[in-house]
Amino acid sequence: MARATPPSRAQRFYALARDWLIHSALPLLVFLASLAVWEGLVWVKSIPPYLLPAPSRIATTLIADWDTLSASLYVTLRITFAALFAAMFGGVGLAIVFTQWKWAERSFFPFAVILQVTPIVAIAPLLLVYLDSTLAVLTCAFLVAFFPILSNTALGLASADRHLVDLFQLYRASRWQQLIWLRLPAALPYFLGGLRIGGGLALIGAIVAEIAAGSAGQGAGLAFRIVESGYRLNIPRMFAALVLISITGILIFLFFTLLSHLLLGRWHESARKTES
Amino acid sequence: MTDAPLVQLKNIGKEFANGVVALEELNLTIHAGEFLSLLGPSGCGKSTALRLIADLSTPTQGQIEWHQGHDARQTLGFVFQDSTLMPWTSVYNNVWLPLRLAGVSRSQADYRIHEVLDLVGLRAFESAYPGELSGGMKMRASIARALIQRPQLLLMDEPFAALDEITRLKLNNDLLQLKAELAMTIVFVTHSVYESVYLSNRIAVFTSRPGRIVRLIDIDAPYPRDLSFRHSELYAKSCQDASEALQSAMSEQDHL
Ligand SMILES: Nc1ncnc2c1ncn2[C@@H]1O[C@H](COP(=O)(O)OP(=O)(O)O)[C@@H](O)[C@H]1O
Ligand SMILES: [Mg+2]
Repeated sequence: MARATPPSRAQRFYALARDWLIHSALPLLVFLASLAVWEGLVWVKSIPPYLLPAPSRIATTLIADWDTLSASLYVTLRITFAALFAAMFGGVGLAIVFTQWKWAERSFFPFAVILQVTPIVAIAPLLLVYLDSTLAVLTCAFLVAFFPILSNTALGLASADRHLVDLFQLYRASRWQQLIWLRLPAALPYFLGGLRIGGGLALIGAIVAEIAAGSAGQGAGLAFRIVESGYRLNIPRMFAALVLISITGILIFLFFTLLSHLLLGRWHESARKTES
Repeated sequence: MTDAPLVQLKNIGKEFANGVVALEELNLTIHAGEFLSLLGPSGCGKSTALRLIADLSTPTQGQIEWHQGHDARQTLGFVFQDSTLMPWTSVYNNVWLPLRLAGVSRSQADYRIHEVLDLVGLRAFESAYPGELSGGMKMRASIARALIQRPQLLLMDEPFAALDEITRLKLNNDLLQLKAELAMTIVFVTHSVYESVYLSNRIAVFTSRPGRIVRLIDIDAPYPRDLSFRHSELYAKSCQDASEALQSAMSEQDHL
């Protein structure tokens, strides 16, 4: 049973770097080219910044207004992650309750679905009646992030291999042993998928709810900066806030993708590279 | 070889909730120490019979009687067609599972785990994950797990059906050796005539659904068996017997 020697660390690193170049260099080039075209267009046609600011102008605004923008970024991030954490614990907890007690699933699942299918912008004004604006925004972000985590995790918990379930039964595993040693690990890839979707949605929820709330003062997040800059016709700052939101979204996505690879790398198909 | 009965299936019937009758009037005695193959066309209820013996499912008719105390029933080993390992953890942890569920700590189980890994020749791969192993090695890990409780009775449901021919022949020989070393009783489900003849003392041939035993064939060749047995007249004759029994069992129902 001889096996080929595994590639050395250096070889692996080299292969990874080459892959990265092939996969990332091209899109990066296209992205930079489109920025250049944008920049050029603004200069050639002398479009005023209050209509369409050039990328360079957006960058300088980002630096000049960093104090205000970073404070807002911090507010948005805090709400997004607080909502995501709550959704994570709530979603996984409820999914476990659903799989352990079928009647609970039957009784509460409809509520989860109703909350999911009702557009968040429509709920936000109502929540604002009952809650202060920060809490209302947090609740909206939570509600949108919650459902994908719940439904993915519940699906994962239910889709443990049938024969493995038999095996646990054969060895007289208790329901909790089965949950901990079998169902939870089997659900991990599904949960991480839900988390990746939920992470993006929490950010979207936080932005949409803040726009609906239109709140000012201590709790002004990036969405409020966009609305405010719009009123003041400060279009470069509007773009700068938008850039920050996009970057945040991308970073959240990358973070959870990386987390999936780290946790699943050795066993799950989704995280394993096909050999070429 | 003893003739003492270990388990008896008496007039077993199994009808599933959806109305499918998988087994009907199944009578079978499993003797301690024997290698019994259940041979039959796919869908005839072989897996169902095995699951009934393992108490993973209950018969809708008849009863299953255990004769030699509780031990055999408590520790029985089960090997599925696909190796059914937990993909998220190492071979070591997979083999540990039955003991772990019974509350045996890692340090207490360590010696046993290494012992069975040695038996199946996987000691060097204890920290590998199932996804990193070949099909044959996965099956070995699965067998190691089934052996960890020192079962008197090992149930195997088409364990080698998905493997390539060469690996299967190798594992057939290794299985016979394991059986000799550990003095177990083995009930082995297969739809391969050749495999059943090569491995077993006795073959129970099933009809198509609803499954019943139409013939019991004794293979009176001594163990250890090797290539020379495959070339013997007894082997050829037994294969012919088993094939004919299978043929007639299938045409009797004129199913297809
Ligand atoms: N849980 C179940 N519910 C309904 N029908 C089943 C179930 N399990 C098996 N069957 C049916 O019972 C018959 C026998 O199945 P099985 O024992 O798996 O056959 P074999 O192992 O001989 O191929 C098949 O027709 C199968 O579709
Ligand atoms: Mg089967």
